[in-house]
Order: sequence, then C-alpha cells, then structure tokens
Amino acid sequence: MTALLEVEEASKRFGGVVAVDACSLSVQAGTITGLIGPNGSGKTTVFNLVTGYLPADGGTIRFDGHVVRRPDPTRLARRGLIRTFQQARVFSNLTVVENLVLATPQSWWQAGRPRGERALAGELLADFNLAAHADTVAAELSFGQRKLLEFAATLMSRPQLVLLDEPAAGVNPVLVETIERHIRRLYAEGLTFLVVEHDMPFVMRLCDPVIVLDRGRKIAEGPARQVQQDPNVLDAYLGA
Amino acid sequence: MSEIRLEGVVAGYGFGDVLRGIDLVAASGQITCLIGPNGAGKSTVLRAISGLLRPRLGSILLDGHEISGLSPRRLLDLGVVHVPQERSLFPLMTVWENLLMGGFVQRDRRQVQRRAEELAERFPLIDERRHERAGSLSGGEQKTVEIARALMLEPKVMLIDEPSIGLAPKARGEVFKTLASLSDGGWTILLVEQNARSGLAVAHQGAVLDGGVVKLAGLAGGLLANDEVGRLYLGVDSKVGAS
Repeated sequence: MTALLEVEEASKRFGGVVAVDACSLSVQAGTITGLIGPNGSGKTTVFNLVTGYLPADGGTIRFDGHVVRRPDPTRLARRGLIRTFQQARVFSNLTVVENLVLATPQSWWQAGRPRGERALAGELLADFNLAAHADTVAAELSFGQRKLLEFAATLMSRPQLVLLDEPAAGVNPVLVETIERHIRRLYAEGLTFLVVEHDMPFVMRLCDPVIVLDRGRKIAEGPARQVQQDPNVLDAYLGA
Repeated sequence: MSEIRLEGVVAGYGFGDVLRGIDLVAASGQITCLIGPNGAGKSTVLRAISGLLRPRLGSILLDGHEISGLSPRRLLDLGVVHVPQERSLFPLMTVWENLLMGGFVQRDRRQVQRRAEELAERFPLIDERRHERAGSLSGGEQKTVEIARALMLEPKVMLIDEPSIGLAPKARGEVFKTLASLSDGGWTILLVEQNARSGLAVAHQGAVLDGGVVKLAGLAGGLLANDEVGRLYLGVDSKVGAS
C-alpha cells in the first residue's frame, strides 16, 4: 500500500492555542481511515490544513505523491481531493438537483450530460429521501437534509480521496446506514476515505485503521477494536 | 405544571408547508422525545412553539391557553424557553457571565444572582468552572451550561433541539446525564434527538414525526421496543452498542 495522503509534523496555532501540534499521520490508498478524538482535539483543523482552507504554520503535506506547497481547495478538488463540512456547505439559492449537477466534474458549458450522471443523481435523491425536494431551493432544507445533499454532491464528483467531517451528526440513524452503504460501494470501487465521526458504532463498523487525536497530536492508531481498548483513548475520548 | 398541546398545526418557510397538521401533546412534568427522519419537521415544531415561526393554521395551547403567534419575548415571560441546536454560549465570556445572560430580561438583578447560585448548586460544573471562558469548555460541558442558562428564568416548558449533536462519546454521555437529571424536576420538556435510542431512553413519552405529521405517539419505552419504529426510524445496525 502507498500513502495517498501524508501529513508530516503539521502545526497550527490560533493565538495562544496550539490546535495542531507537530502532528503526523497518513492515509493509505484504498482504506476507510477513521479520525476520532475529543471535541477540540484538532480533527477539523487537520482537515482545514490538508484541504487548504487554512495555511499551516509548519510541516509538510503530500497528496498523491506530490508535496502540496500552497494548498488551494479548488486545485486540490480538481486533483481529486474532496471534503464535506460539519455545517454542510451547499448553494442555498440553487435547487437540490442544481446542487448535484454542479458537483459533476464536467464544465458547465458542456451541454447534455451523460445519461449515467442523471441516473446517479436520481438514485441519490431517492436514497436520501430528497426526491420530493429535487426542485426545492437548498435554503429550505433542514440541517440534516443539507448534510445529506452535501454528501450526495460529493458522490457526484469523481474524487480519489474524500474527507468527511461528521457525516452522521444530525442525520437519522436509518439514513446513516444509507450513507454507510454508499461509502462501502465507493470503497469497493477503489476510493479512499478519511472520516471524522463521533458515532462510534459507525466508526467501528466502517473504519480501518482508526487514528486518534488528542490536543493536536496523534495518540493512537490501529484497527478499530484495538484502539477502542487503548487506555489513553478510553480516558481522553470514550469515557469509562 | 404545564402541558403543551398542538392541534392541527400547519407551518412552513417560503411556499411549502413543513408541518402539515401536527397533533401532539407534551405532558406536564414529563420529557417527550421527538424522533423522525431529516426534514420531518422536528425542529420546526420547536420553532412554532417558541414563537420563532408563526403557524399558518391550528392551535398551540399552554395549559389550555392559546399561545400560537405570540412573540418569543412574550413566550419567555410565559415560561417557554428554547435551547437551539447550534452552540449558543458567548465563548469569550465566562461561564458565570453566560449563566447571568440567561436572566437578561429579568429586571430584579438580585433575583438573577440568587437564581444563578441555585443553579451552580444543581450543576457542580458551573460552580467549579465559573471564572473560565465558556469557549474553553468541552462541547458537552458547554451544552450543560446552555441548559442551565435556559433554567435561569424558571421556565415551565423547555424545548431542547439535538443537544448531543457533534459531541464526542464522553461528552455525549455528560449531556444525557444532564437530561436524565431534569426528568424529575417537574419541567415539561420537548426534546428533539437524532440519537433516537438515547433520546427515548431518557424520555417518558415519545412521538414519531414523518412528513410533517405525527405518525405515532406513546410511551418512550414502547416506541423503543416497537420493531417497525426500529426498522423505519431507529436503524437496525445502530442497536449494537449505540450510545
């Protein structure tokens, strides 16, 4: 296996707070890697450094074999690195179906989309109970529905590596299973995932390996079962 | 003791209706947990009750008195408080200052201080961390302070929207402990929770919302044990080790 994403000694501080502290971690190609840790342990900041939403204070980030010198979200997305957000970011004034169409990798001026894309959009809308809302503007969706739409839009693009920031938070348990099914399908097709999530049964079923952060550093890494029994992880994160 | 009763409530944003005739009772002094798929209208029910959204049709009754369409301010005076989904503490203010903000509309400052001290006794966390910035607390601790802040006005009815969202397992445990501690306080609580099993576990009553109507209501334990509710709303896999 080769590392699709490598973070070496990355650091980020906000004023006096060290959010990410010389943190090193890697995501191997063809895995669903979990990233867990207490609130405020630096998980989302790591996402922001990797995807170029924040400049790192130090360290090296390598994606697909190349050092990313000045991470830029747009360029990285074109190279196949896609992410979602805890508070889903969708185009509020566009309809649900327009949001999906925009996420496809073709340029907007290419008339007539391949049938497959349209079929996939229809299938995703049905899967996430959004079919009845296809022509609703995204602003009218609930918090959870916006998350589902953002996730569906991610599936419409053709990424190599997908960073999911709490995909299950605020989503109905039955739809969480639908999200899980789609992640497994894409994983079988060769996609790689890095998933931040607090829903432990979800992480345990899906992720291998699991990386644990605490205070901006990696404190454990390994198969889910092993990490779950690590005393440091129990103390910092899972609770007795 | 206060009962909230919704009869045929229709409400929504823009052109569509999110609530399409809600009939629901939040029994006096009990916790009622609302569950259902995303977009079912759970948060909208809370907004309609707290006056953030004016219903288009139907009645909302507090102890038999019509309250639908009243302003949020007026509803606060009547004892209806809303703890929203997103984090809402002032992160740069101390825990204590945040707590006092809960009594902002109360004119009698001594009463506000007295009430805050009472709550500090009820929630040891507040007493221990009172001089720390709220932003330095963990997510679960912040939620507990938010719930305490909502209690500053000695409400009759509490509307709590997804208190465990985005919280680490340990922090989530703290929040459910706080919720469980409210269950015998005499408050009428309407709780929306996507962690449906944990939410129903701390509630007395439960109701399933789907497509803007109440599909099923009853004792929380009964809903937890109902196979169809499990399959349609609680998730089958999450039964194992769900916390």
